[in-house]
Amino acid sequence: MQKIGVFVCHCGTNIAATVDVQKVAQTLKNEPGVVFSTDYQYMCSESGQDIIKNAIAEYKLTGVVICSCSPRMHEATFRRAAEKAGLNPYMVEIANIREQCSWIHKEMQTATEKAVILGRAAIAKVHLNAPLTAGESPVTKRALVIGGGIAGIQTALDIADAGFNVDIVEKKPTIGGKMAQIDKTFPTLDCAACILTPKMVDCAQNDKINIYAYSEVEDISGFVGNFSVKIRKKARYVDETKCTGCGLCTEKCPQKNVPNEFNLGFDNRRAIYIPFAQAVPKKATIDPDYCTMLKTGKCGVCSKLCTAGAIDYKQKDQIIEEKYGAIIVATGFEPIKVDKYDEFAYSQSKDVVTSLELERLMNAAGPTKGTLLRPSDGTHPHTIVFVQCVGSRCEDEKGKPYCSKVCCMYTAKHAMLIREKYPDTEVYVFYIDVRTPGKNFDEFYRRAVEQYGVHYIKGMVGKVMPRADGKLEVRASDLLLGKQLHIDADMVVLAVAIEPDKTARPLATMLTASMDTNDFFTEAHPKLRPVESPTAGIFLSGMCQGPKDIPETVAQASAAAAKAIGLLCKDKLTCNPCVAHSDEMMCNGCSLCANVCPYGAITYVDKEFRMPNRTTAIRRVSSVNPAVCQGCGACTVACPSGAMDLSGFSNRQIMSEVDAICK
Amino acid sequence: MVYSYYPGCTLKTKAKDLDRYARLCAEKLGAPLCELEEWQCCGGAFTTASDEVATKLASVRALAAAKEKGGILVTVCSACHNVLKQTNKAIRENSEFASKVTNYMKPENPYSGETRVIHFLELLRDEIGFDKLAEAVTNPLTGRKIAAYYGCLLLRPSSALAMDDPENPTIIEDFIKALGAEPVIYPMRNECCGGYITLEDKASAEKKSSAVVRSCEEFGADTVITACPLCLYNLKKNSGADIPIVYFTELLAEALGIKDGGNT
Repeated sequence: MQKIGVFVCHCGTNIAATVDVQKVAQTLKNEPGVVFSTDYQYMCSESGQDIIKNAIAEYKLTGVVICSCSPRMHEATFRRAAEKAGLNPYMVEIANIREQCSWIHKEMQTATEKAVILGRAAIAKVHLNAPLTAGESPVTKRALVIGGGIAGIQTALDIADAGFNVDIVEKKPTIGGKMAQIDKTFPTLDCAACILTPKMVDCAQNDKINIYAYSEVEDISGFVGNFSVKIRKKARYVDETKCTGCGLCTEKCPQKNVPNEFNLGFDNRRAIYIPFAQAVPKKATIDPDYCTMLKTGKCGVCSKLCTAGAIDYKQKDQIIEEKYGAIIVATGFEPIKVDKYDEFAYSQSKDVVTSLELERLMNAAGPTKGTLLRPSDGTHPHTIVFVQCVGSRCEDEKGKPYCSKVCCMYTAKHAMLIREKYPDTEVYVFYIDVRTPGKNFDEFYRRAVEQYGVHYIKGMVGKVMPRADGKLEVRASDLLLGKQLHIDADMVVLAVAIEPDKTARPLATMLTASMDTNDFFTEAHPKLRPVESPTAGIFLSGMCQGPKDIPETVAQASAAAAKAIGLLCKDKLTCNPCVAHSDEMMCNGCSLCANVCPYGAITYVDKEFRMPNRTTAIRRVSSVNPAVCQGCGACTVACPSGAMDLSGFSNRQIMSEVDAICK
Repeated sequence: MVYSYYPGCTLKTKAKDLDRYARLCAEKLGAPLCELEEWQCCGGAFTTASDEVATKLASVRALAAAKEKGGILVTVCSACHNVLKQTNKAIRENSEFASKVTNYMKPENPYSGETRVIHFLELLRDEIGFDKLAEAVTNPLTGRKIAAYYGCLLLRPSSALAMDDPENPTIIEDFIKALGAEPVIYPMRNECCGGYITLEDKASAEKKSSAVVRSCEEFGADTVITACPLCLYNLKKNSGADIPIVYFTELLAEALGIKDGGNT
């Protein structure tokens, strides 16, 4: 018989306001095996933990039940406390009477009854608990950063700075991400390229950092400290080791009409290209969708011109396999497509542009060399209307329910820059709310209004009508005046909502990392563990976790790096001992468990067994690799013969919990 | 394939051409329309009140009748189309409304939204196909510049009508191309004509409809087509325009060589 102690936490009023905690402690005292039961205001605090430790020593407890918050919150805390008092940490069970009881119920009587039942179930389980010993696994001292925007760059630089090797995988031919396309940054108006490109160069020159540009992650297996990753290095058709980045091929290629994605289609590039002058790595790439040589076998101009002999039309995709201890996701964002918002006439007029497109139109390295001209006819715009919240804070499924966070500030920046450079241009901004929390942000916005005379109008644009004379007739409401407005504009700029990059969802599946309904990666705890994924060894950097501006992205990138460094510093990690194991005598070799295992932890072995009459037989039985098993329990449910069981969550333990609840 | 047909009351009085040419053309295109027996007024614009049941019963009767006869109901009037599709969606998705309707009507076979309502334009696009329509054209309208006027009811709300993008539609433009003419894209094509406000405040209706017609003319249209009797009324009577404004079915009949009841 176990000697069990029960500890009921008030969690301030979080639990105690809805659950009669004293009554729970008293009732559970009468359960079989319970020798001590008490309640306390904050069980997780130092004095709360002392109560547990003292009781273990005084009553020689062999099992502990803590009625408190979710085990995701404090299971580790209480296990550590028990261990310090000499108890095996896996003899501790948590009854979640906060998230699954007090927070969701209103009536004290029913909530108290339920808390008692949950406590009883945990006690029933502890009776069947056995001490478990955690094994150890080594840590591969190398990190993988997925995504080479400012977030990935900063994370990689910080990890390299701590002395660890880092690989950056970037799907585009160059690192730099969206920040490379931006003209100036708020609120200081530094040129984005001037602060980004030195960091890109640092990455290239750092011998701890290895950049796999034009590459994508294809497969991830393993677990914290021991990830195995397959990276597909897409064929550039250019030998990176030979290409000097001279750019001659990109000037002479006869295929001239390829939309230039870096300038968002405002101009054309060649079929062989370097995305922009400061690209890292500065190597040419052949676009197989447009290259005449690759498509028809006739041309070869670039090959003839290249003095380095770098062109290789026969190059194939390469698969690189590498091991990593930590993975940092920095997949970033994309602006949403505006085709569902055609009331703003984006598809009908070239002079309706998105904010990112405006960045290119105002950038000195952009298609107009930094002179703001109307895309339709190249004339100087005299009236510009900005529309905020296009697709953000949207209640229907057309847009996104969240605030994209950066639009208010970059719109203020655009408006200010235009007024500064072209004082004869009138600028109107239609907004729902102006949201400018952040250091020096509100001052910045007020400068746009007060100093630069930007017309901020509370209200939404209902329709943009391209007229035959080339003007855009903007119909909008002024909510403060309660009036309809008609503005004849030359250009309309849409502050489009942002969404996570399309590659994030399949990547999350490979990582078994959780995402929210908007496809942003979920953090382990929204306040206390904001840069870690709930999946061990996976860290989050930048916009993949939620909308952020550049300062916040860089701060989070460094935080993610710090967390990853903390992991890489360790030589060994303690494994989770709650893993599956198979009873070979009961296993019939059906393979169901191997088919459902998401981690590939189960293999089959042929084993010799003793049979009746001194004979032997070879049978095919399953075998679990405890280092790979994550203890999800899928195999134990799938196993038809009951051979598969999970330590710490055995079938008997679960059934006894169910029995205790149904009693 | 049987296409049940719901003309609606305006098509029997003010908008006879919309109705007549729709039937003639459908027959010529091999998809004859079979008018429902004993149909009643769809309830017009009053049915848009979401908590109203009684005014939607006539629509439900029409939908239930069409269910017994092949399950497809074709309409051609923008307003009837709007009311029938919205009612059908409400029956399918709003169980409270559906049970009230059933309790009131006590039908032998309760109706639960099985009928597929399609606009005559959808019949042309999805059932017959604009490519087949183009082949059937005997009198192509080459050189004509036609402006499609959608108005507000034909496509909105798009969740219920599910016919085309309400802000940047293509269905009537594709129809115009199939007839050999050139569609004129102009920004006012899905704005309101003024609707019933012409009864209350004629000046407002004049302002709205003349803005539409001016926009058509600005982009060089020689003819405006519409599917809505009320739009046609407002654009003709309230805009002060000279440009011809006709029902799209009339233009179709012209292209098929059967205008004015010509030999079929």
